[in-house]
Amino acid sequence: MKAALTAIAAAGASAGPQRQAHIECLLRLGDTSLVLGQRLGEWIGHAPALEEDLGLANLGLDLIGQARLLLSYAGELEGQGRDEDSLAFLRDAPQFRNLTLAEQPNGDFGHTIVRQWLIDGWQLQLYDALQGSSDARLGAIAAKALKETRYHYRFSRGWLVRLGDGTAESQRRMQAAIDGLWRFTAEFFTADESERLMAQAGVMPQLPPLANNWLAQAEADLEEATLGHPPAVPYPWQGKQGVHSEHLGHLLAHMQHLPRTYPGAKW
Amino acid sequence: MYTQALDTHGQEPAPAARDLSAQEQRFQARVDAEEKIEPKDWMPDAYRQTLIRQISQHAHSEIVGMLPEGNWITRAPSLRRKAVLMAKVQDEGGHGMYLYSAAETLGVSRAQMMQQLLSGAAKYSSIFNYPTLTWADIGAIGWLVDGAAIMNQIPICRCSYGPYARAMVRICKEESFHQRQGFEIMLTLAHGSADQHTMAQDALNRWWWPSIMMFGPSDADSKHSAQSMRWKIKRFSNDELRQKFIDVTVPQAQYLRLTIPDPRLRWNEATQHYDIGPIDWEEFANVLRGNGPCNRERLAARRAADEAGAWVREAAAAHAARQIGRSPHMAVNPQARFA
Repeated sequence: MKAALTAIAAAGASAGPQRQAHIECLLRLGDTSLVLGQRLGEWIGHAPALEEDLGLANLGLDLIGQARLLLSYAGELEGQGRDEDSLAFLRDAPQFRNLTLAEQPNGDFGHTIVRQWLIDGWQLQLYDALQGSSDARLGAIAAKALKETRYHYRFSRGWLVRLGDGTAESQRRMQAAIDGLWRFTAEFFTADESERLMAQAGVMPQLPPLANNWLAQAEADLEEATLGHPPAVPYPWQGKQGVHSEHLGHLLAHMQHLPRTYPGAKW
Repeated sequence: MYTQALDTHGQEPAPAARDLSAQEQRFQARVDAEEKIEPKDWMPDAYRQTLIRQISQHAHSEIVGMLPEGNWITRAPSLRRKAVLMAKVQDEGGHGMYLYSAAETLGVSRAQMMQQLLSGAAKYSSIFNYPTLTWADIGAIGWLVDGAAIMNQIPICRCSYGPYARAMVRICKEESFHQRQGFEIMLTLAHGSADQHTMAQDALNRWWWPSIMMFGPSDADSKHSAQSMRWKIKRFSNDELRQKFIDVTVPQAQYLRLTIPDPRLRWNEATQHYDIGPIDWEEFANVLRGNGPCNRERLAARRAADEAGAWVREAAAAHAARQIGRSPHMAVNPQARFA
């Protein structure tokens, strides 16, 4: 972190846009973890088996933990006194920077698994590359998150295969989930100005080259699961830029209800 | 979480009036000598049935107890509170798993127990038939319900049945942690804004009496405790445990600057215990009969999860069976987990 901040400070006049891009990138990672963790929290107590209640809770806990680290850091970098909670509970949907996929409703267990598997695949690529970030603090967060994500991926991939290659009904449900959610992956590895700036500074990896690794892995998994993916539908989802689906507003209304109702209260 | 003393209701055999057989005498001697009874040891059928009922009720209570608390995971007011609550509800699920496993050592399957829960035949702690209406309820459940659970469960760590006793050791450690977390939520609220203090007091008002009732009927009405005591499944009477809980909890409420909703609550110099007003046993019986505020919702939620998950369990079993077909070396029974 010190190195990155020093680099930013040294950049002088460009510190503003650089810092803004840096914060943007942290929010994209942190908000994706937060929103996905929030969705998984909806499952606890309602999963298909007790083991899966525990498994989904584990994933959710890890994701909330990642969100806390990343949002705290984003708040510090911003320097306006916002902590993890003010970022999580007091921003409205257009200020959220999560992948649009993360906010999609749970649907049936198959939908939840496909959403998880897709984002796990994205995080694997990103966190792996981020370990070498010029921002040491982000690199350390990524190293920790990568260990967790490997486990998440084992879980989601395991269920993808089990359900894809299960019964006729499970295969039908899984294929429907893939068909419904695949389109959101268009957003995974497209880079905008913030990501390009941070890639130049060595804070973030170049995103487009990661797409091939991700796709190769995803297609191998799908093959094992006896599933296929639809052709890419390149609707330019822009959750990362704050333009979301209709679902995020509802998720936030629910999640933010208490801090909004009792402004300034400590919990 | 805890299953209240439901084992004192109904089917448990009355204390044996007849002479014990030689086998029963040997069994009782082992219990009296504080030896642990293990799954393969001989045991009286009534001992086995009592344990199956008690442990499975306890397991069901953990699983159903996930629902009222899970109700607030998505609305926890900070990320730290959200993570703590998720971990806590996850712990309850884990307790359910150890307990179902402990019960399985007595010859009943998890699937059978689950079926008994879903059909409404099995009981679970009726405290979970009360709703969690505000965030303070999460504090009150940790503080009071888990606090009452600890009083009940610590003695079960010395239960004569080994698997149950060992499961309880870990469960008690986690419950103790939950109790402190709940108290800390209450402390934050009670010392927070006026609205938060009101929220904390309201939660105490609603959870106090149901928590007191968690210990089960008073000793005078608890016909079958004696046999469980002889078998060292139970170590203290319902009223003894209830009194311990009250004596510990009243000063905690005072520290929180909250008022226990019992105008007759008094310190009794003579007994060195708190006296309380009359417990509304009619309400207890009513909730137990299925007429509590959330009995229907709790069971409906468990059934909905079971039904919605059926295709997942079937697919997992089918996939596992196919894997075994593919690999002759896999000797695992694919039905075992999802049967």
